[in-house]
Amino acid sequence: MSRHTLSVLVENKPGVLARIAGLFSRRGFNIDSLAVGPTEHPEVSRMTIVVNVEESPLEQVTKQLNKLVEVIKIVELDGGASVNRELLLVKVRADASTRGAVLDAVQLFRAKVVDVAPDAVTVQAVGNADKLADLLRVLEPFGIRELVQSGMVAVGRGSRSISERTLRPVPVPAPPVAR
Amino acid sequence: MSQQAADGRDPVTGAQSLITSLEAAGVTDIFGIPGGAILPAYDPLMDSTRIRHILVRHEQGAGHAAQGYAAATGRVGVCMATSGPGATNLVTPLADAHMDSVPMVAVTGQVGAAMIGTDAFQEADIRGITMPVTKHNFLVTDPADIPRTIAEAFHIASTGRPGPVLVDIAKSALQAQTTFQWPTELHLPGYRPVTKPHAKQIKEAVRLIGAARRPVLYVGGGVIRAGASRELAELAELTGIPVVTTLMARGAFPDSHPQHLGMPGMHGTVAAVAGLQKSDLIISLGARFDDRVTGNLDSFAPGALVIHADIDPAEIGKNRHADVPIVGDCKEVIADLVALLRQQGVQGDYEQWVDFVAGVKKTYPLGYDAPDDGLAPQYVIERLGAIAGPDAIYTSGVGQHQMWAAHFIGYENPGTWLNSGGLGTMGYSVPAAMGAKVGRPDATVWAIDGDGCFQMTNQELATCAINDIPIKVAIINNESLGMVRQWQTLFYNERYSNTDLHSKRIPDFVKLAEAYGCAGLACESPDDVDATIEKAMGINDRPVVVDFRVHRDAMVWPMVAAGTSNDEIKYARDLAPQFDDVSDDWEVRA
Repeated sequence: MSRHTLSVLVENKPGVLARIAGLFSRRGFNIDSLAVGPTEHPEVSRMTIVVNVEESPLEQVTKQLNKLVEVIKIVELDGGASVNRELLLVKVRADASTRGAVLDAVQLFRAKVVDVAPDAVTVQAVGNADKLADLLRVLEPFGIRELVQSGMVAVGRGSRSISERTLRPVPVPAPPVAR
Repeated sequence: MSQQAADGRDPVTGAQSLITSLEAAGVTDIFGIPGGAILPAYDPLMDSTRIRHILVRHEQGAGHAAQGYAAATGRVGVCMATSGPGATNLVTPLADAHMDSVPMVAVTGQVGAAMIGTDAFQEADIRGITMPVTKHNFLVTDPADIPRTIAEAFHIASTGRPGPVLVDIAKSALQAQTTFQWPTELHLPGYRPVTKPHAKQIKEAVRLIGAARRPVLYVGGGVIRAGASRELAELAELTGIPVVTTLMARGAFPDSHPQHLGMPGMHGTVAAVAGLQKSDLIISLGARFDDRVTGNLDSFAPGALVIHADIDPAEIGKNRHADVPIVGDCKEVIADLVALLRQQGVQGDYEQWVDFVAGVKKTYPLGYDAPDDGLAPQYVIERLGAIAGPDAIYTSGVGQHQMWAAHFIGYENPGTWLNSGGLGTMGYSVPAAMGAKVGRPDATVWAIDGDGCFQMTNQELATCAINDIPIKVAIINNESLGMVRQWQTLFYNERYSNTDLHSKRIPDFVKLAEAYGCAGLACESPDDVDATIEKAMGINDRPVVVDFRVHRDAMVWPMVAAGTSNDEIKYARDLAPQFDDVSDDWEVRA
């Protein structure tokens, strides 16, 4: 098994997420992470899906995804040739005696404190999965009260865009009006 | 429909817009049942002069009728139902059409937009429910979207790999005022089916065809959907390659043709199974290497390279690795293959192979043992095929009678064999026959049904009798769930748990037919079979139901037990065919 990152351009229509999630579960694939958001085109959304599968089932799931009418394009992003990031918000126990040590860790990872309470701080960190896992390992001894993490988003390196050519509309003639 | 409304100037209701849209899409027949949420659409439907609505007795009947209509005519079949239970009753036909690639549009009413999600009366999330069993589906809440959605639905259902599309329309959208504007073009950026095969792949396929020594044309339902029978005949005759036709492809190639080895698979002929199993090149045309064809996949056709042509890229390599993948419409793929084979003057050396499969075909023909006492079901079906002929349309349910009907009718033309192949839906036969008869009123349509299947959907006899749809039904009555019983005989020590239907006692099929306004006939002796069929053929003013009371222990042979290798095929119980191994020095150099 290996991890694959798929960037999926979809029409921004209700129910698309349900279709894609349903397809993965029906065909027996587990989604490691999934993130959805708008793109530079208002009618197009982009999903970043991380799956843990072998090559040949990945090809099958990609083909099945392509069959969905609302899926416009699928690109597999190569880890080396792409930038990928996740967002983490973690509420760490921090009172007067430990706050300094927590803040040191936050500094080291170039993370940020976004909320402070008398006995806790909320830390925001952005990075790839490895970096966030390292940060959590350091923070864990202080006591993690609550943790929330986004799915991964990813984009290919360089100036090319995966959406530039695919989104040109190709009009199809409607069925002719019957006599 | 008034001309002003059709021009998009006058305000109309969403319901009127729906009916005008269906007319614009070329719909002439709809099978359906009204109910609360779809009721607004039924009012303007009453005034339509172009659309005939056939009021069925159960929505499942509407769905299978739309399938039968589509399969017999090649046009999109249409059914209509209300929200909730009306819509959920369409789920089986939609799943069936999805598995067998039948172009079909289902229109369902939905509760008013403001009520969606409130667990309102007769509310069901039919779009969510049918997502995995449709090619695509829509929920329309804005009446302005109705014409575009209907145009998209028909386009998606009928192009690429055909399939069912569901359009769920909120009652509020049907009642609201809108204008009708038929779109001139569709914007479907994610839907671009490839129909033209890649020249490079055609070239590679032709090279393999020339190099092969034991090739076989493995023909699937895609050839029928693509209307490519003529091209197939040309390819087969040009090359001399033996042909097998799957359950979904019966009729794509004439059964009488000497190159035809018959149907492959779990109940395939020995020649067709051996033809695939021992080949060195499988040329798959619109087939999908279904488990019922391949048996145990790992031991399927171990010496064969595969050319896999299909309009759906996801089918290629799904079950079996494709050495030459060809994405495209079968009609274009086969035409391109023929053109290049001709141009290059490719002449394969298949003589030994053709002799081998012809020998197997001769040694192990289709057959059956006539019982000492009683009526053989295979004989009934054989005589039916002989008397009704190859121009009739035959539908079937699922089980033993389906396999016998696939084998013993003798198909010569595409679109004359309609059955539920992928989903295996008992109850398909009678409503599908009804749909086929509506689509092709001049054809004789025989529903070959089992006594179990028949009792699942026979209420549509009322629809047929009332609407002048004179189908003919042959019930192959062995008073049991025959195929299940066969498995109990073979694999469960003859312990017949819940397969005895007592259908020779209850119901009285003759009386039941008469109660529905049909002619009812019965036959239990081989001596009466021809006369009974002739009599049924002569009744055309109402549907006919014939209760063929056959002996119950007949089994379907040949058979490859589920999950085993095709090498383990049995010609009859405890009888494995014997044939020499084909020489392996004919390996194709890929």
